[in-house]
Amino acid sequence: MAKDYRGVWVFAEQRKRRLQDVGLELLGEGRKLAHKMDTELGAILIGYQVGAFAEELTAYGADKVYLADSPALEVYRNEPYTRVLERAVMEHKPEILLFGATATGTDLAPRLAARLGTGLTADCIQLDIDEQGRLLQTVPAFGGNLMAQVICPKHRPQMATVRPGVMGKPERKARRAVVQALDTSVAEQGAAVRVLETVVMPEERGAALERADVVVGGGWGVGGHQEWGLVVRLANALGGEVGATRPAADEGWASEEQMIGQSGKVIRPQLYIAIGISGAIQHMVGVQEAKIIVAINNNPAAPIFKEIDIGLVADFKDIVPRLIEEVERRRAGEEAAG
Amino acid sequence: MKIVVCVKPIPDPSYWARLPLDPKTHTLRREGIPNVLGLLDKCALEEALRIRDSCGGKVTVVSMAPLSTLGTLYQTLAMGADEVVLLSDRCFAGADTLATSYVLATAIKKLGQYHLVLCGDKSLDVGTGQVAPQVAEFLAIPHVCHVLKIDLLDGGRVRVKAKTDDGHIILETDLPAVLAVHRGINQPRLVSLMGLVAAREREIKVWGASDLEVDPARVGLVGSPTQVAQVFAPQRRRRGELLQGEAEEMVRSLMARLEQAGVMPT
Ligand SMILES: Cc1cc2nc3c(=O)[nH]c(=O)nc-3n(C[C@H](O)[C@H](O)[C@H](O)COP(=O)(O)OP(=O)(O)OC[C@H]3O[C@@H](n4cnc5c(N)ncnc54)[C@H](O)[C@@H]3O)c2cc1C
Repeated sequence: MAKDYRGVWVFAEQRKRRLQDVGLELLGEGRKLAHKMDTELGAILIGYQVGAFAEELTAYGADKVYLADSPALEVYRNEPYTRVLERAVMEHKPEILLFGATATGTDLAPRLAARLGTGLTADCIQLDIDEQGRLLQTVPAFGGNLMAQVICPKHRPQMATVRPGVMGKPERKARRAVVQALDTSVAEQGAAVRVLETVVMPEERGAALERADVVVGGGWGVGGHQEWGLVVRLANALGGEVGATRPAADEGWASEEQMIGQSGKVIRPQLYIAIGISGAIQHMVGVQEAKIIVAINNNPAAPIFKEIDIGLVADFKDIVPRLIEEVERRRAGEEAAG
Repeated sequence: MKIVVCVKPIPDPSYWARLPLDPKTHTLRREGIPNVLGLLDKCALEEALRIRDSCGGKVTVVSMAPLSTLGTLYQTLAMGADEVVLLSDRCFAGADTLATSYVLATAIKKLGQYHLVLCGDKSLDVGTGQVAPQVAEFLAIPHVCHVLKIDLLDGGRVRVKAKTDDGHIILETDLPAVLAVHRGINQPRLVSLMGLVAAREREIKVWGASDLEVDPARVGLVGSPTQVAQVFAPQRRRRGELLQGEAEEMVRSLMARLEQAGVMPT
């Protein structure tokens, strides 16, 4: 039965008629998978009056755009979206189906997987095709201390979610879109859930932490509101985000949303700089997936020095202002160089 | 109001950095590692207790886990749950979220009438967040994830505020429904040692496959569409290089190393 299924599909999420980057990132990844399997890449576009996005999705690599357009689909609600996707999968039988792990993707993909009776792997950081043509899904477990490779040998489609920012956005190449309309009649049947209101909030502090390339984290050792300014300035100079440990959030130097670790966020930046942070495991589980970790701490015996790439044994007040200066000088140099 | 809360004991995160892998089978050796309840599971239970305390009813905790986690589940009794059912059977082992959700849903049906099922949005160790929507699918009732606030309405409905990527959404749903609560919905109560000691006097029901009359083909490893092909420790030994001395010099060395590692933003 698995052999009846062909093609790689990507759920191209749009919100308020804006395509979400993660869908485009997945098209880039989906392209590679489709190439390895010598098959087609499809984008699923669901919403109301969103057909114009077909071209954009094609430019980012979709061979075909499957479009479900209906007033009943304007704002995401699980049931109508699940029904439309269920119908589409039954009809077109894609072999692989990828979702962004957004608020919508994490609500939609599991329900659809259960309805289809197939497997779903959440938060993949790597996707590949093995020798037997199966989707090889790599996921971090236990705060990144372990990696698991997951397969879905017998059931189709093979479903996976990937968090925003994990895969790179492909290059854009204008091409003519091929659009296939999906049956939306199933969306218009009554639903048990009604939307009363959607509210868009200005980005909270910390909202972008999970997708930032650079994060500067501050801990109890930073010492006060005023000194916290140095943490923020360094983050700004690096174009990054500010994170915090529990005590720093408790002191109100940072918001709860900025807390990293077991009870907070898990980040995966290229660079994490920990300032005045001792390295408690409850914090470190949230930064394990950073490519490079730098720590600045004046206590050479601080446990954090055992878990980092580069450690500076120093008072951060002596280091951070100079570091900001260097970073700014470097950037000015680059801008001058063009 | 009859409320069911699904929880899952997880290995204590303070041990995550040194979880032993069996070198032969590449599976996780969890023996000897204490289990705890995840924060969001506690939030789900806290929310259930508050609803019960405001309008009456009963809170039942269900958990599919090995028998060895029984000790951890007494915490839910100490917090105030009326009843706890542990779903445990050798044949449940190795279940992915689909097989887990099937067993949980079967148990919830067996419990009889219910109005609300509450879950944590994501469990920390594997963090899939899939159980709530999948339990709802097996129960054929609606679900909402990322829930920040729950208000009971007349006429068997609830109004919920749920987090979206750029704000929130207010929804109304018919009951019964499954709601997955998000971080920040409440501050779960602490349990006292006395409370825990008293809770240990009470009984936790244990249901196995035969009690639930589950389809053996749909539980555990055989009932799981996904399989773990391999578990490995990531190749991410950090260099642990320490720089000391003159601040100026340290900053310069640091910059050079960051450039070299290719992690400086452009
Ligand atoms: C169940 C539970 C969950 C938790 N969850 C989290 C979580 O999600 N996130 C989290 O962060 N914590 C969490 N914690 C708390 C955690 O255990 C630690 O207490 C916390 O991470 C320590 O924060 P810190 O490193 O900022 O402070 P400290 O441990 O106090 O460390 C401060 C460091 O700053 C250094 N320092 C002081 N002055 C200077 C200076 N001038 N220059 C440079 N360095 C300086 C000191 O040498 C010290 O190493 C949790 C705890 C528990 C029990």
